[in-house]
Amino acid sequence: MSAEGSASAPAGRHAIGISFGNSNSSIAITSGDDKAEVIANEDGDRQIPSILSYVDGEEYNGQQAKQQLIRNSGNTVAYFRDFLGQEFKSIDPTHCHASAHPQEHEGTIAFTIQDKEGDEKSTVTVSEVATRHFRRLKQSASDFSGKEVTSAVITIPTNFSEKQKDALIKAAADAGIEVLQLIHEPIAALLAYDARPESKVSDKNVVVVDLGGTRSDVAVIASRGGMYTILATAHDYEFAGVHLDKVLQDHFSKEFIKWNSIDPRENARSLAKLKLEAEATKRALSIGTNANFSVESLAEGIDFSSTINRLRYETIARKVFDGFNRLVEGVVKKAGLDVLDIDEVILSGGTSHTPKIASNFQAIFPDSTTVLAPSTTATAVNPSELQARGAALQASLIQEFESEDIEQSTHPAVTTVKHLSKAIGVLSISGDGAKGVFSPIITAETAVPARRTVHVAAPKEGGDVLIKIVEGGSHIKVTKPEPKAKENGTKDDSDDSDEDSDDEPEEQREKVWKTGSVLAEAAVKGTKKGSKIEVMVNVAQDLAVTITAREVGAKGGVKGNLTAP
Amino acid sequence: MASHAQVTLPLPILPEGWTGEKDFKAIGNLSAATQRSIEPVGPHFLAHARRARHKRTFSEDDRIQAQENAKKVEEDDSGEISEPEDPMMLSRDAKDWKSQDHYAVLGLSKYRYRATEDQIKRAHRKKVLRHHPDKKAAAGSTEDDSFFKCIQKATEVLLDPVKRRQFDSVDENADVEPPTKKQAKDGDFYKLWSRVFKAEGRFSKTQPVPKFGDKDSTQDVVDTFYNFFYNFDSWRSFEYQDEDVPDDNENRDQKRHMERKNNNARKKKKSEDTARLRKLVDDAMAGDERIKRFRQEANASKNKKRLDKEAAEKKAKEDAEAAKASAAKAAKEAEEKAKVDKEQGKKAKEAAKAAIKKNRRVMKGSVKDANYFVTGAPPASIIDSVLNDVELIQGKIDADETAALAAKLNGLKVADEIKGVWSGEVKRLVEAGKIKDGDAKGLA
Ligand SMILES: Nc1ncnc2c1ncn2[C@@H]1O[C@H](COP(=O)(O)OP(=O)(O)OP(=O)(O)O)[C@@H](O)[C@H]1O
Repeated sequence: MSAEGSASAPAGRHAIGISFGNSNSSIAITSGDDKAEVIANEDGDRQIPSILSYVDGEEYNGQQAKQQLIRNSGNTVAYFRDFLGQEFKSIDPTHCHASAHPQEHEGTIAFTIQDKEGDEKSTVTVSEVATRHFRRLKQSASDFSGKEVTSAVITIPTNFSEKQKDALIKAAADAGIEVLQLIHEPIAALLAYDARPESKVSDKNVVVVDLGGTRSDVAVIASRGGMYTILATAHDYEFAGVHLDKVLQDHFSKEFIKWNSIDPRENARSLAKLKLEAEATKRALSIGTNANFSVESLAEGIDFSSTINRLRYETIARKVFDGFNRLVEGVVKKAGLDVLDIDEVILSGGTSHTPKIASNFQAIFPDSTTVLAPSTTATAVNPSELQARGAALQASLIQEFESEDIEQSTHPAVTTVKHLSKAIGVLSISGDGAKGVFSPIITAETAVPARRTVHVAAPKEGGDVLIKIVEGGSHIKVTKPEPKAKENGTKDDSDDSDEDSDDEPEEQREKVWKTGSVLAEAAVKGTKKGSKIEVMVNVAQDLAVTITAREVGAKGGVKGNLTAP
Repeated sequence: MASHAQVTLPLPILPEGWTGEKDFKAIGNLSAATQRSIEPVGPHFLAHARRARHKRTFSEDDRIQAQENAKKVEEDDSGEISEPEDPMMLSRDAKDWKSQDHYAVLGLSKYRYRATEDQIKRAHRKKVLRHHPDKKAAAGSTEDDSFFKCIQKATEVLLDPVKRRQFDSVDENADVEPPTKKQAKDGDFYKLWSRVFKAEGRFSKTQPVPKFGDKDSTQDVVDTFYNFFYNFDSWRSFEYQDEDVPDDNENRDQKRHMERKNNNARKKKKSEDTARLRKLVDDAMAGDERIKRFRQEANASKNKKRLDKEAAEKKAKEDAEAAKASAAKAAKEAEEKAKVDKEQGKKAKEAAKAAIKKNRRVMKGSVKDANYFVTGAPPASIIDSVLNDVELIQGKIDADETAALAAKLNGLKVADEIKGVWSGEVKRLVEAGKIKDGDAKGLA
């Protein structure tokens, strides 16, 4: 099986998409009509916990392995993805606290587990652990499609180093999976949305918020004519899914303590049970407004059962939710943009199922921004499946290519491209007619070469019109409404400091274009009443510009060039 | 792209007199572009790659070069947050977290209230990588996980905006001591006080906080600064220094008592803090040379106005007096001049008269010298007639002509020459119409 793993010829290649997280992995395939779907493993899971566990030499993976965290935590390896290709000194072992601990081993990282029959322990490197996990994924996908999977596109975080990438490719290769390409997780999520038949190619700014189990990653992406450029990213290990689990663990622990005066968090096995059930309760709260929390023999043989409603959960989890909000706002700013510049927010990762998180984002962004999450948009894609689907779509796009060809096509000499620093647009006149109003034709951060066309209304009465092509930038105009007169007599002597912040009328923020330097002027003469002018701007690789303008439906028109700067 | 974007606002009408070659006028060039990496994903990228590659093969060098050119989005966070760890701090007990300097624990002493959330997160991660108990165990250290707990506590406080604010409220390590008199004297007054108030400004509900400025600041800047700090609206609060309130239900009274006590302590500290800041502002102001300068300048300008006014009045008076004096002088001079002129005129007249007399004498003498134009002793009648004619002419010519004629006659002794001059004069006068032809025929 592994002998042919490194085959570079496309013949007999069968490629899938894999998302490989610290918490979960998913596998996706494309069917005949180029639609990607995430497939279930033999346990029926589409989110397969990235966990391996060994009992008497038998290997368990996924959900079955996760259950072993209670009784067999020492022989269970979890949360290892980010360790690949790293040195021991630069890994965070925090999440392995309740499973096999990572150790330094011959310049790499390993786990000491009893993975064979008998009492002997072996030292298994993280690379080997990943390989074993990939073998299981490969097996599940091969079983599903009835054909051996040979290759894959795998998603990675945007901050993966070259070493981490190399280690990942090797681990997969050792499992008999030829890595066609590693693609960035947020891009995979975006591609999964853009590849839907109903979506149109457009120029938009997208924020992909990937809220996973152990980390939250946000990327601001300029999507221009179907090409993607990452403008800024943020990575957060302080606010993620496990921190929400922790909120619930603490909540129910306190309740348990109240009845039993025992802290279940102080016993490893109790803590493991608490964790698993907290996560289940959390998931249930994404769907229902009430959820049970129930553990047999939580501590010292005492069963525990309780419930929580969503409102209560949202209150106690507020600090984590607020952390997500600040993270997203911060990265938009880091990209040099404002929330008003964002057209789409894509929620990805398991934690993105949480309705409150999506509604918080909807409050941060203006109404014009589409927040793509299950609770805000009916047609949203399952956030847990986005990355694997994107990877599968990319796999189907490139699986016919020789690997040499893929390497050359993704070469930095191909991907490093000039991007416009300012928008290019045309000046129209507004009501008063005095000042020109900028309408963008090509937006900033568009990779060149690029060509865009707009149709602009001619004056009602027709005649000769002026087409003025200019550069433009946008800024945010803030208007503070007059503060409301304070009502008298209602002053209370308690804590009034945070009271008045609610009263304050909200300031109005709007995006306004500012006209920059003039690039060219052109005249279209003798237009008919009520006609439209088609203006096309074509920017070449060297930033030379060709501008054409003509009356829609008429012959002729003007054409002119601007030299490269 | 299939459908084109629509702009509904109309284009402007072509201005009168606009011209362009073939109706097009190139005016500018595009601004410089940014090199970025596009993601090698999706069908549109494949089309791009096909165009961009053009069947070329790129090398490792091309890779390095291209990667260097592209603008980075992932920052590498080595460096930046690196402070040496104080061994004393490493042996802290996490139970004592209230007295812990959370910023120092995370290696952010330099930043404190200025640290961004991102910096705190990265600092935390750095510390975790180093101090996680598993790392310690691997290094063969027997050290307990006490400092790791300190790290977690610090992070918990600093990543919670409410708790962080409470801690920042009492983080005296971020205070800047006011300069001593001597330091201020040594010339660093503005620099040192600027730092003090920059630090104080962190507590302001209103941001940004006006700057202290320097010795050359305008009065506007200085006034704005002091007004702001005398009306300082501070968010500072002191619950962080509360004493623990018992958390059980048995001790309700005790609990209430503690809460009251804490509340009072908070209020007291708050008003002490307000007083403290006020004193600080007073002190700064007392030593602020700018204030003195403004006062002096104000006084000087008041004085100057007065002096100016006085000087103007004085000058006006002087001017008037001078004008009067010079008028008088001019009058006197004119008078004197008139007198002189008059005298001179008299003299000239007398001289002229004398000259005429003399010239007339020359004329009469000349006819006598010419023997009245006869030979032999002239009869009285002839003498009379010639002298009559001379007098006739004398009566017809003015002083200048008299002088000219006399000059011509002067010195002549020969009768014919004298006669020639006289007949010339008679002829001239006849031609000028002053005498009639035939008059003074005795001289013709
Ligand atoms: N329906 C749900 N509602 C809320 N949380 C959910 C839901 N489904 C999964 N999660 C949470 O999502 C997290 C896992 O996210 P995901 O599957 O994206 O993991 P991942 O990409 O491997 O994460 P990471 O690499 O950050 O650990 C877990 O914390 C899980 O509890």
